[in-house]
Amino acid sequence: MSKILSAGTRAPEFTLNVTPDQTISLSENLGNPVIIAFYPADFSPVCSDQMVLYNEILPLFRKHHAEILGISVDGCWCHTAFAKQSNLHFPLLADFEPKGAVSKLYGVYRDKQGVCERALFVIDKNGVIAWSYLSPVGENPGADGILEALEKLPN
Amino acid sequence: MASLKIAVTSSDHIEGNEKAPIIFLEYGDYQCPFCGEAYGVIKELQAKFKEQLQFVFRNFPLVEIHPLAKIAAQTAEFAAEYGKFWQMHDLIYENQDNLSLPFLIELNKELKLPLNEYEVALETEKFESKIKEDFLGGVRSGVNGTPTFFINGQRYNGAYQFEDLAAAINQAK
Repeated sequence: MSKILSAGTRAPEFTLNVTPDQTISLSENLGNPVIIAFYPADFSPVCSDQMVLYNEILPLFRKHHAEILGISVDGCWCHTAFAKQSNLHFPLLADFEPKGAVSKLYGVYRDKQGVCERALFVIDKNGVIAWSYLSPVGENPGADGILEALEKLPN
Repeated sequence: MASLKIAVTSSDHIEGNEKAPIIFLEYGDYQCPFCGEAYGVIKELQAKFKEQLQFVFRNFPLVEIHPLAKIAAQTAEFAAEYGKFWQMHDLIYENQDNLSLPFLIELNKELKLPLNEYEVALETEKFESKIKEDFLGGVRSGVNGTPTFFINGQRYNGAYQFEDLAAAINQAK
Protein backbone atom coordinates (compact mmCIF):
# COMPACT_ATOMS: atom_id res chain seq x y z
CA MET A 1 0.00 0.00 0.00
CA SER A 2 1.38 3.38 -0.91
CA LYS A 3 2.11 5.74 1.92
CA ILE A 4 2.63 8.69 -0.38
CA LEU A 5 0.89 11.82 0.87
CA SER A 6 -2.25 12.49 -1.12
CA ALA A 7 -3.95 15.57 -2.50
CA GLY A 8 -5.63 17.72 0.15
CA THR A 9 -2.87 17.14 2.70
CA ARG A 10 -0.83 20.10 3.87
CA ALA A 11 2.68 19.73 2.49
CA PRO A 12 5.10 19.14 5.39
CA GLU A 13 7.56 21.98 5.88
CA PHE A 14 11.24 21.25 5.44
CA THR A 15 14.63 22.93 5.21
CA LEU A 16 17.36 21.20 3.20
CA ASN A 17 20.83 22.10 1.99
CA VAL A 18 21.33 23.12 -1.61
CA THR A 19 25.01 23.82 -1.12
CA PRO A 20 26.98 23.23 2.06
CA ASP A 21 26.24 26.84 3.14
CA GLN A 22 22.79 27.47 1.67
CA THR A 23 19.44 25.99 2.54
CA ILE A 24 16.02 26.14 0.96
CA SER A 25 12.78 25.86 2.90
CA LEU A 26 9.44 24.95 1.39
CA SER A 27 7.84 27.94 3.13
CA GLU A 28 10.08 30.35 1.17
CA ASN A 29 7.98 29.49 -1.87
CA LEU A 30 4.56 30.08 -0.31
CA GLY A 31 2.43 32.23 -2.60
CA ASN A 32 3.39 30.29 -5.73
CA PRO A 33 2.89 26.68 -6.74
CA VAL A 34 5.81 24.35 -6.02
CA ILE A 35 6.68 21.15 -7.82
CA ILE A 36 8.74 18.61 -5.87
CA ALA A 37 10.40 15.80 -7.78
CA PHE A 38 11.81 13.10 -5.50
CA TYR A 39 14.23 10.81 -7.34
CA PRO A 40 16.60 7.99 -6.39
CA ALA A 41 20.02 9.28 -7.44
CA ASP A 42 22.04 11.76 -9.45
CA PHE A 43 24.04 10.50 -12.44
CA SER A 44 21.80 7.83 -13.88
CA PRO A 45 23.45 6.67 -17.10
CA VAL A 46 20.86 7.83 -19.59
CA CYS A 47 19.63 10.98 -21.28
CA SER A 48 16.21 9.75 -20.16
CA ASP A 49 16.83 11.53 -16.95
CA GLN A 50 13.98 13.16 -15.08
CA MET A 51 15.95 16.21 -13.97
CA VAL A 52 17.24 16.80 -17.51
CA LEU A 53 13.69 16.64 -18.80
CA TYR A 54 12.33 19.09 -16.22
CA ASN A 55 15.22 21.41 -17.02
CA GLU A 56 14.05 21.58 -20.64
CA ILE A 57 10.49 22.28 -19.54
CA LEU A 58 11.23 25.04 -17.02
CA PRO A 59 9.62 27.74 -19.22
CA LEU A 60 6.36 25.77 -19.14
CA PHE A 61 6.46 25.48 -15.35
CA ARG A 62 7.26 29.18 -15.01
CA LYS A 63 4.23 30.11 -17.09
CA HIS A 64 2.30 28.87 -14.06
CA HIS A 65 4.64 30.77 -11.72
CA ALA A 66 5.71 27.41 -10.37
CA GLU A 67 9.15 26.56 -9.10
CA ILE A 68 10.57 23.05 -9.12
CA LEU A 69 12.77 21.45 -6.48
CA GLY A 70 14.57 18.15 -7.01
CA ILE A 71 15.21 16.03 -3.91
CA SER A 72 17.37 12.93 -3.51
CA VAL A 73 19.50 11.54 -0.67
CA ASP A 74 22.72 12.54 -2.47
CA GLY A 75 24.92 15.08 -0.68
CA CYS A 76 25.44 18.68 -1.80
CA TRP A 77 28.73 18.11 -3.56
CA CYS A 78 27.22 15.35 -5.66
CA HIS A 79 24.27 17.62 -6.48
CA THR A 80 26.62 20.43 -7.46
CA ALA A 81 28.54 18.18 -9.84
CA PHE A 82 25.37 16.71 -11.33
CA ALA A 83 23.71 20.09 -11.75
CA LYS A 84 26.82 21.39 -13.48
CA GLN A 85 27.08 18.40 -15.83
CA SER A 86 23.42 18.60 -16.77
CA ASN A 87 23.32 22.40 -16.88
CA LEU A 88 20.38 22.45 -14.47
CA HIS A 89 18.66 25.75 -13.73
CA PHE A 90 16.70 24.70 -10.66
CA PRO A 91 17.84 23.61 -7.20
CA LEU A 92 18.62 20.07 -6.10
CA LEU A 93 18.12 19.54 -2.39
CA ALA A 94 20.09 17.06 -0.30
CA ASP A 95 17.88 14.84 1.87
CA PHE A 96 21.16 13.64 3.27
CA GLU A 97 21.19 14.04 7.05
CA PRO A 98 19.19 12.61 8.68
CA LYS A 99 19.08 10.35 5.65
CA GLY A 100 15.74 10.42 3.87
CA ALA A 101 14.00 12.40 6.62
CA VAL A 102 12.02 14.60 4.25
CA SER A 103 11.22 11.74 1.87
CA LYS A 104 9.81 9.83 4.85
CA LEU A 105 7.63 12.82 5.77
CA TYR A 106 6.18 12.68 2.27
CA GLY A 107 5.83 8.90 2.35
CA VAL A 108 8.26 8.30 -0.50
CA TYR A 109 11.35 6.68 1.04
CA ARG A 110 12.44 3.19 0.02
CA ASP A 111 13.84 1.79 3.25
CA LYS A 112 15.59 -1.28 1.84
CA GLN A 113 17.42 0.61 -0.88
CA GLY A 114 17.98 3.77 1.13
CA VAL A 115 16.85 6.08 -1.68
CA CYS A 116 13.76 8.11 -2.54
CA GLU A 117 11.06 6.78 -4.79
CA ARG A 118 10.38 8.54 -8.06
CA ALA A 119 7.52 10.65 -6.75
CA LEU A 120 6.01 13.95 -7.83
CA PHE A 121 4.08 16.54 -5.86
CA VAL A 122 2.37 19.69 -7.02
CA ILE A 123 1.77 21.97 -4.04
CA ASP A 124 -0.57 24.91 -4.41
CA LYS A 125 0.31 28.48 -3.41
CA ASN A 126 -1.23 27.92 0.02
CA GLY A 127 1.01 24.99 0.80
CA VAL A 128 -1.53 22.21 0.22
CA ILE A 129 -0.71 19.21 -1.95
CA ALA A 130 -2.86 19.51 -5.07
CA TRP A 131 -1.57 16.37 -6.78
CA SER A 132 0.87 13.58 -6.05
CA TYR A 133 2.09 10.62 -8.04
CA LEU A 134 4.25 7.61 -7.24
CA SER A 135 5.97 6.18 -10.29
CA PRO A 136 6.32 2.42 -10.70
CA VAL A 137 9.89 1.29 -9.95
CA GLY A 138 12.21 1.96 -12.86
CA GLU A 139 9.74 4.18 -14.69
CA ASN A 140 10.46 7.83 -15.35
CA PRO A 141 7.08 9.55 -15.00
CA GLY A 142 7.75 12.44 -17.37
CA ALA A 143 6.07 15.80 -17.01
CA ASP A 144 2.55 15.46 -18.38
CA GLY A 145 1.03 14.79 -14.95
CA ILE A 146 2.72 17.86 -13.50
CA LEU A 147 1.46 20.11 -16.28
CA GLU A 148 -2.08 18.80 -15.99
CA ALA A 149 -2.02 19.39 -12.24
CA LEU A 150 -0.68 22.93 -12.67
CA GLU A 151 -3.41 23.70 -15.18
CA LYS A 152 -6.08 22.58 -12.73
CA LEU A 153 -4.87 24.90 -9.96
CA PRO A 154 -7.23 27.78 -9.23
CA ASN A 155 -5.72 31.18 -10.02
CA MET B 1 -0.05 4.60 -18.85
CA ALA B 2 1.27 7.48 -20.94
CA SER B 3 -0.33 7.81 -24.35
CA LEU B 4 0.27 9.84 -27.46
CA LYS B 5 -1.74 13.06 -27.35
CA ILE B 6 -1.00 14.19 -30.91
CA ALA B 7 -2.17 11.66 -33.46
CA VAL B 8 0.03 10.77 -36.40
CA THR B 9 -1.00 12.62 -39.55
CA SER B 10 0.26 12.92 -43.10
CA SER B 11 2.35 15.91 -42.08
CA ASP B 12 4.48 13.66 -39.88
CA HIS B 13 7.71 12.07 -41.12
CA ILE B 14 6.66 8.48 -41.82
CA GLU B 15 8.92 5.75 -43.18
CA GLY B 16 7.46 2.53 -44.52
CA ASN B 17 3.92 1.46 -45.29
CA GLU B 18 1.63 4.33 -44.25
CA LYS B 19 -1.20 1.84 -43.82
CA ALA B 20 0.85 -0.49 -41.62
CA PRO B 21 -1.03 -1.76 -38.56
CA ILE B 22 1.88 -1.01 -36.23
CA ILE B 23 2.69 2.67 -35.77
CA PHE B 24 6.14 2.81 -34.17
CA LEU B 25 6.91 6.38 -33.19
CA GLU B 26 10.11 7.86 -31.76
CA TYR B 27 10.63 11.19 -30.06
CA GLY B 28 14.34 11.68 -30.65
CA ASP B 29 17.32 14.00 -30.21
CA TYR B 30 19.95 13.92 -32.97
CA GLN B 31 22.82 14.43 -30.53
CA CYS B 32 21.69 11.88 -27.98
CA PRO B 33 23.94 8.80 -27.90
CA PHE B 34 21.06 6.56 -26.83
CA CYS B 35 19.06 7.67 -29.86
CA GLY B 36 22.18 6.91 -31.85
CA GLU B 37 22.21 3.36 -30.53
CA ALA B 38 18.47 3.00 -31.07
CA TYR B 39 18.93 4.05 -34.72
CA GLY B 40 20.47 0.68 -35.57
CA VAL B 41 17.83 -1.21 -33.62
CA ILE B 42 15.05 0.59 -35.48
CA LYS B 43 16.57 -0.46 -38.80
CA GLU B 44 16.52 -4.07 -37.58
CA LEU B 45 12.89 -3.73 -36.50
CA GLN B 46 11.98 -2.33 -39.89
CA ALA B 47 13.72 -5.26 -41.59
CA LYS B 48 11.87 -7.72 -39.37
CA PHE B 49 8.36 -6.30 -39.53
CA LYS B 50 8.52 -4.93 -43.08
CA GLU B 51 5.16 -3.66 -44.37
CA GLN B 52 3.53 -4.31 -40.99
CA LEU B 53 5.37 -1.40 -39.38
CA GLN B 54 5.49 2.30 -40.11
CA PHE B 55 8.15 4.37 -38.37
CA VAL B 56 7.39 7.95 -37.36
CA PHE B 57 10.01 10.40 -36.12
CA ARG B 58 9.31 13.52 -34.08
CA ASN B 59 11.76 16.01 -32.61
CA PHE B 60 12.60 16.14 -28.91
CA PRO B 61 15.88 18.03 -28.65
CA LEU B 62 17.35 18.34 -25.15
CA VAL B 63 19.04 21.62 -25.92
CA GLU B 64 20.37 22.24 -22.41
CA ILE B 65 22.69 19.23 -22.64
CA HIS B 66 22.92 18.76 -26.42
CA PRO B 67 23.76 22.13 -27.96
CA LEU B 68 23.80 20.81 -31.53
CA ALA B 69 20.54 18.90 -31.29
CA LYS B 70 18.35 21.73 -32.47
CA ILE B 71 20.44 22.72 -35.47
CA ALA B 72 20.58 19.07 -36.49
CA ALA B 73 16.79 18.94 -36.22
CA GLN B 74 16.47 22.10 -38.32
CA THR B 75 18.74 20.56 -40.92
CA ALA B 76 16.60 17.44 -41.20
CA GLU B 77 13.42 19.53 -41.40
CA PHE B 78 15.06 21.60 -44.15
CA ALA B 79 15.88 18.44 -46.08
CA ALA B 80 12.23 17.41 -45.70
CA GLU B 81 11.19 20.38 -47.82
CA TYR B 82 13.07 18.73 -50.69
CA GLY B 83 11.76 15.25 -50.02
CA LYS B 84 15.01 14.12 -48.40
CA PHE B 85 14.11 14.00 -44.70
CA TRP B 86 14.98 10.33 -44.15
CA GLN B 87 18.26 10.56 -46.02
CA MET B 88 19.33 13.48 -43.84
CA HIS B 89 17.97 11.87 -40.62
CA ASP B 90 19.97 8.72 -41.36
CA LEU B 91 23.15 10.56 -42.32
CA ILE B 92 23.09 12.52 -39.08
CA TYR B 93 22.60 9.44 -36.92
CA GLU B 94 25.28 7.53 -38.80
CA ASN B 95 27.74 10.36 -38.17
CA GLN B 96 26.84 11.57 -34.70
CA ASP B 97 30.51 11.78 -33.68
CA ASN B 98 31.14 14.35 -36.40
CA LEU B 99 28.18 16.55 -35.63
CA SER B 100 28.94 20.24 -36.20
CA LEU B 101 27.65 23.06 -38.37
CA PRO B 102 30.38 22.61 -41.02
CA PHE B 103 29.57 18.91 -41.12
CA LEU B 104 25.84 19.60 -41.56
CA ILE B 105 26.68 21.91 -44.44
CA GLU B 106 28.65 19.05 -46.01
CA LEU B 107 25.62 16.79 -45.63
CA ASN B 108 23.52 19.36 -47.45
CA LYS B 109 26.08 19.31 -50.26
CA GLU B 110 26.03 15.52 -50.32
CA LEU B 111 22.27 15.54 -50.70
CA LYS B 112 22.48 18.31 -53.30
CA LEU B 113 20.37 20.69 -51.24
CA PRO B 114 20.55 24.47 -51.90
CA LEU B 115 23.04 25.96 -49.44
CA ASN B 116 21.75 29.54 -49.64
CA GLU B 117 18.27 28.44 -48.69
CA TYR B 118 19.74 26.30 -45.91
CA GLU B 119 21.56 29.28 -44.40
CA VAL B 120 18.45 31.44 -44.64
CA ALA B 121 16.41 28.70 -42.99
CA LEU B 122 18.86 28.55 -40.09
CA GLU B 123 19.09 32.32 -39.71
CA THR B 124 15.34 32.84 -39.77
CA GLU B 125 14.77 29.77 -37.54
CA LYS B 126 12.26 28.63 -40.10
CA PHE B 127 11.54 25.33 -38.41
CA GLU B 128 11.53 26.57 -34.82
CA SER B 129 7.77 26.34 -34.44
CA LYS B 130 7.58 22.85 -35.95
CA ILE B 131 10.29 21.57 -33.63
CA LYS B 132 8.71 23.30 -30.64
CA GLU B 133 5.33 21.82 -31.52
CA ASP B 134 6.86 18.34 -31.67
CA PHE B 135 8.54 18.94 -28.30
CA LEU B 136 5.44 20.21 -26.52
CA GLY B 137 3.32 17.42 -27.97
CA GLY B 138 5.90 14.99 -26.66
CA VAL B 139 5.85 16.51 -23.18
CA ARG B 140 2.04 16.24 -23.13
CA SER B 141 2.26 12.62 -24.23
CA GLY B 142 4.55 11.69 -21.34
CA VAL B 143 7.87 11.69 -23.19
CA ASN B 144 10.37 11.23 -20.38
CA GLY B 145 13.72 11.51 -22.14
CA THR B 146 15.32 10.40 -25.37
CA PRO B 147 14.56 8.19 -27.08
CA THR B 148 10.95 7.67 -26.09
CA PHE B 149 8.97 5.21 -28.18
CA PHE B 150 5.23 4.87 -28.64
CA ILE B 151 3.76 1.67 -30.06
CA ASN B 152 0.29 2.29 -31.44
CA GLY B 153 -0.02 5.34 -29.22
CA GLN B 154 1.11 3.76 -25.95
CA ARG B 155 4.42 4.80 -24.41
CA TYR B 156 6.92 1.93 -24.35
CA ASN B 157 8.71 1.61 -21.01
CA GLY B 158 11.07 -1.30 -21.62
CA ALA B 159 14.69 -1.68 -22.70
CA TYR B 160 15.89 -0.44 -26.08
CA GLN B 161 17.37 -3.75 -27.17
CA PHE B 162 16.03 -5.33 -30.35
CA GLU B 163 14.55 -8.36 -28.57
CA ASP B 164 12.60 -6.26 -26.08
CA LEU B 165 11.19 -3.87 -28.68
CA ALA B 166 10.35 -6.70 -31.09
CA ALA B 167 8.50 -8.53 -28.32
CA ALA B 168 6.50 -5.44 -27.46
CA ILE B 169 5.63 -4.87 -31.11
CA ASN B 170 4.52 -8.48 -31.46
CA GLN B 171 2.28 -8.06 -28.44
CA ALA B 172 0.69 -4.98 -29.96
CA LYS B 173 -0.19 -6.71 -33.24
